[in-house]
Amino acid sequence: MEIVVNGDPRGVAPGSTVASLLRELSLPATRVAVERNREIVRKSEYDAVALSTGDRIEIVTFVGGG
Amino acid sequence: MADTLTLGGRTFRSRLLVGTGKYPDYPTMVRALEASGAEIVTVAVRRVNLDRAKESLLDHVDPKRYTLLPNTAGCYTEEDAVRTCLLAREAGMADMVKLEVIGDEKTLFPDTPALLSAAKRLVKEGFVVLPYTNDDPIMAKRLEDAGCAAVMPLAAPIGSGLGIRNPYNIRIILETVKVPVIVDAGVGSASDAAVALELGCDGVLMNTAIAGAKNPVLMAEAMRDAVAAGRKSFLAGRIPRKLYATASSPLDGTFF
Repeated sequence: MEIVVNGDPRGVAPGSTVASLLRELSLPATRVAVERNREIVRKSEYDAVALSTGDRIEIVTFVGGG
Repeated sequence: MADTLTLGGRTFRSRLLVGTGKYPDYPTMVRALEASGAEIVTVAVRRVNLDRAKESLLDHVDPKRYTLLPNTAGCYTEEDAVRTCLLAREAGMADMVKLEVIGDEKTLFPDTPALLSAAKRLVKEGFVVLPYTNDDPIMAKRLEDAGCAAVMPLAAPIGSGLGIRNPYNIRIILETVKVPVIVDAGVGSASDAAVALELGCDGVLMNTAIAGAKNPVLMAEAMRDAVAAGRKSFLAGRIPRKLYATASSPLDGTFF
């Protein structure tokens, strides 16, 4: 199924969760925050939240800034 | 008694807050942060780069050593600023944020009505809010009344290096609010930083002045010294300015 991750379309396996998406992207959950359709997904829910076709996912982290 | 800066119930020895943007490379940034003696460093919140396993800022800035202060740089609306803070907190940061709501691309001056509104919402959400604002005493008071833990008036436009353009307004802000006043943005050289502290400001926040210097590590050290010197000069109490001379050597005992 197709979702949108950080603005770009991406295919993921049916049954994917936020946790499995982060694993696939090799992103440590400790350093990111995730929004699903503009709602923040709590870290404790990464395993439980299943992704659906068309979901818009934002994954953010910290970068240099002033 | 130790001379410390307290923000949101936390105490810091350094009055210099520094950014982590625009360094030529991570090793230079790491050495500059060390040289600055800063305990609070600002970071931005952005999309993760999915294309390549890029080095992460957090590989270089140890959150155990530094208090990371997420900013809302690049936010032009109250909504985006609040959203950014909520994401920063979820990504593992503490509750202290540098709030900016930008009003104009060219000047990067703050949109103060949106800033105040965002500050109120974030205070309600339990954040320790440090707002980047104009050198406007009325707005500073409004932000204090909204529950902000400090006010951070600009010295001059972000990245301009013009120094403190309106020291009189900064002085009035210092008389107007009780929360710490941190000059944020516009500092260019060490003397600018010293002036901020001599005026009585509680701290200075800068990024470009250090990161953009020819030798960022040496400039970081200069800023550390300037902030310390400016603070001591303020505490020592300067002499009044006078138009005419007063002799330093005694007039008695002259033999000529």
